This record gives sequence, structure tokens and C-alpha cells, in this order.
Amino acid sequence: MSNPVFVENAETTIPDDNQITIEQAIANLQSDDLGLRVYAAWWLGRFRVNVPEAIDLLIIALQDEADRTEAGGYPLRRNAARALGKLGDRRAVGALIQSLDCEDFYVREAAAQSLEMLGDRTCIPKLIELIKPQTLDAIDTSAVDLHPFDSFIEALGSLGAVEAVVDILPFLEHPIPRIQYAAARAMYQLESNPEMASRYGDRLVAALQNKDLQLRRTVLADLGAIGYLGAAEAIANTMAENSLKLISLKGLLEKQIPLAIPPELTDGAQRVMALMDDLL
Amino acid sequence: MTDLAQLIQSVEEADSTKLLLEAVQNLASAQLEGAIPTLIETLSYNNPGAAVASVEGLILLGNASVPPLLDLLDQHNYTARSWAIRALAGIGDPRGLVTLIGVATADFALSVRRAAVKGLGSMKWNWFPDELREVAQEEALEALLFVAQQDEEWVVRYAAVVGLESLALTIASHNLLWRSAVLTQFNIMSCNDEVLAVRGRVWLAQQRLQRVIDRSLDQANSDISSSSTPTPAIADHQSPLTPTDWQDILAKLYEIKRQERDSAREGDPRRFEKLAAMD
Repeated sequence: MSNPVFVENAETTIPDDNQITIEQAIANLQSDDLGLRVYAAWWLGRFRVNVPEAIDLLIIALQDEADRTEAGGYPLRRNAARALGKLGDRRAVGALIQSLDCEDFYVREAAAQSLEMLGDRTCIPKLIELIKPQTLDAIDTSAVDLHPFDSFIEALGSLGAVEAVVDILPFLEHPIPRIQYAAARAMYQLESNPEMASRYGDRLVAALQNKDLQLRRTVLADLGAIGYLGAAEAIANTMAENSLKLISLKGLLEKQIPLAIPPELTDGAQRVMALMDDLL
Repeated sequence: MTDLAQLIQSVEEADSTKLLLEAVQNLASAQLEGAIPTLIETLSYNNPGAAVASVEGLILLGNASVPPLLDLLDQHNYTARSWAIRALAGIGDPRGLVTLIGVATADFALSVRRAAVKGLGSMKWNWFPDELREVAQEEALEALLFVAQQDEEWVVRYAAVVGLESLALTIASHNLLWRSAVLTQFNIMSCNDEVLAVRGRVWLAQQRLQRVIDRSLDQANSDISSSSTPTPAIADHQSPLTPTDWQDILAKLYEIKRQERDSAREGDPRRFEKLAAMD
């Protein structure tokens, strides 16, 4: 789930069930019916309802104890954490940072992704603490998927947390490929020397050859997120759906466009558009 | 056994996804017309990799693929239908035009709308008889403008810009009303489309179109000063289509126009004329 952009643009998105009103969704979020509450939390995020009352209720929902799965998960907290990232209100930052300690893996993942979207740097120390090797656990192989490390690292990269570099570097050799790619992606964003940065970009380009389609899709999303121009041709030639390649190239294009004064376009922008035109 | 028979046999005998993909790729790259029925058959196999290879092969084979592709459209296998539309869009054969117009504005899968929209811009217009070409381009233009204004998916609007660009380049020198409708639509989108990538593609299209317009103005000026002979007609009209094909296309186009007239509630259904008036 490290690719929210892909999930949202997939052709199989849930049909817009735009039946309920904002008032109703807010009321449903306080309903006794747990199913209605979980749905309302998703709905408020999906339709970007950033009214103060919705934010307040979603922040409260991050502490919910009523809705628990048999395995101990917190479905309402997950949806509330995801919605708060989309609603763009920084009042949620403190509560989301607390959610990084939630025992539910998916709540921690959603909280990190939402903190990344909110772009507030106050969560950086907590994220660094979470990716630092935990003295004893570090040797324990079961610790490799202890946390949604990819989401933590991606957030640090997007937030420009240069102070996290030493702690991110070891993840380039992490046994889980998805997490290695997250580290390469973050290092690309945090490295100030363009030549060094493109080495990290090229690691992702090489990963487009991975045999696993799901991993190739993840890397397409990563390259789109960092907008690494050197990947353009490799993205176009990847064995994956054209829809996903187009979204990835859109990320490159949108990094190129601000480099010229509109309506001028850089050579890079024109190169990317030529590739996109062929994939339509 | 011939090469073709062998290639077809390996497609039929492939017992894994990977083997099927390889066999279809081999069959597609052989570019033999006898492969068409088998390539079309694989569009129904629910194997995306093989379908992509097959669509590419059918596009290379061109208009010979069109009649069986049109037959496939009549069937109820939705996935196969969407691949067939992508092949038709890539081939640009006029017999696919009416299908592409319908799909571009109404299909529920964005990848199908995206391909159809691009195909509308790159239709083989030079195959059309003059009087039919105008009707056909008018319908294609109207569909492209509609998609550019209304589609919710950025990538479909992006494709509409690509389609409008190539249609506008085709008609730029002789239909000023249509050209100005496209320019107006581009002007609106260049500031108002919510997606930066779409706006960027519009800027590129505007630059290319402006270059052609400037060139034709220069040409017109030098024609006046040197009083040279008028440029000969561009279209060569050489196409493999029969008179029956053209009659069929014309009948379908008039059917679309009739339906538009019937459903028009705001007077003139020709949106682009209103747009041009705003210019």
C-alpha cells in the first residue's frame, strides 16, 4: 500500500457512491453502527471534506477502541489516519505522530503516509527513532517487517529530512526489495549532489527489470514520485500496464515543467511527452 | 508444415502464461495475414501480456485486420472488445471511425477512452472521399472537444489534446472555423485544466499549431507576391475500401448526427461553433 497514487487511479476504483451528504457523513462518524463509522471516515477523505468538524471527529477517531478486528486491528483508526492526510489540516499532526506508536501495523503505515502528505517536519524525530536499529531486535530476523519501514522512509525523503540519511542508508541493503526501493527513493530526494542522486535513481531504474510485476509497479510509482528524468525511456519500456507507465511519466513531466517559464518547455519535458503520446 | 502453421500451433499448444506470451509475440512479429484469426482469438484469452503483443501485431498488419476486429466488437466479451478497440485506434482505418467516436465519449474504462481518443486524431483522413471527409472530421472534432472539456480522467483529456493537435494540424490550412475552435479550447485548457501535465501538453500543441499557421501565412504572402499556381489537392484518396464500405460509414455518421439533433436541447448541437464565437 505504499502507492496511494496508483490505488486512486486504478481503473477499478469503487464507483462514486455519492449518495450521502456531508452532514450525514459527519453524523455517521458518531453513529453506534461501527460499519457506518468506518465508511464515513473513508468517505470524508475520499471527497476531501475538510470542514473543521470532520477534522475534529477524525482526530478523535484515531483513539477509537470500539472498532477492533479479531486479529487486534483498528479499522476505524486506519481510515481516519488515511483521511486526515488527504484533508490537509495540520491540526492532525500531533495525533498522527501519536498513531505512529499504535500496535496496528496498518495504522502506523497510514499515519506515516498522511504525515508525509501534510508536509509537517515536526514528525521527523519520531520517524528517525522508529527506523533506528532497536538494539536487541536488530539481530532478530523477525524484525525486518516489524514496521512499515517503506512508509517511514518515504515520508522522511519527502519531508527533506537530511538528518535521517545515516539511518536510511542501511535500508538500501534491506532483505525486502520494496523497502530497499523506498530507501533509494528517499536518498535520491535527500542527496544534494546531482551526480550522486542519479546513482540512487539508477538503482530504481535497474529495479524496473524485476521479475515480479507487483514490484515493477511499485518502482514505477517511486520513480514517478521523485520525477527522475533519467528513468524516462526505461519507464516507457517496462513490462507493465500503460496506465501505470503514464502515471509514472506524468510525475517526471510535472518535475520538468516548473524548470522553464510557461509556456516554454524544457527539452526533458518534450522528451517525456513524446514517450507519453506513444503510450496512450 | 509452413512457418505460419508452426507459429499458430505453438500458440494453440501453449500451456502456461509465459509460453503463450512468447508464442503470441512470435506469431505477431512474423507479420503474416494468415495469423490474423489466431491473433484475434488471443484477445479473448484474458492474458494481458499476450493481448498487448497481439494488438501490436494486428496494428502492424493494418487494414487487413479491420473486418475481423469489427466482427469481434459485436460479441459480448468486454475485455476482448476493449483490446479490439485499441487495435482499431492504432490502425486508423476509416471503418473503425464511428466505433471510436462512440467509445471515446462513453466507454466506462479509461484505457479504452484514452486509446479511442488518440485514434480519432490519427485517422487516415487521406483515404476519405472529399465530401465524406468533411462530415467525418466534423464528428471527430466534436467528440474530441467534448472529451477535452468533460472527461474526469486527466489521461483521457491529455489524449484528447494529442488528438486535437493532430486533427488541427490536418485541417489548419483550410478550415478556419474548426481551427479557431481548437485554438479556443487550447486557450481555455492552457490555464484552466487542473492537471499540470495536461496544461503542459496543451502548451506544446499550441506551439506546434502556431508554427504551422505562421508558415501558411508566410506561404500565402509569398503566393500573392509571386502569383504562383495554387497548391494541388493533398489527398490521394487511394484506399483499399470499397464503395459499400464508404456508404456504410456515411450512413452511420448520419445516424450519429440524427441522434445528436434529436437529443440537442440547447439549440445548435455544434459545440465548437459556440466555442469559436468566444474566440
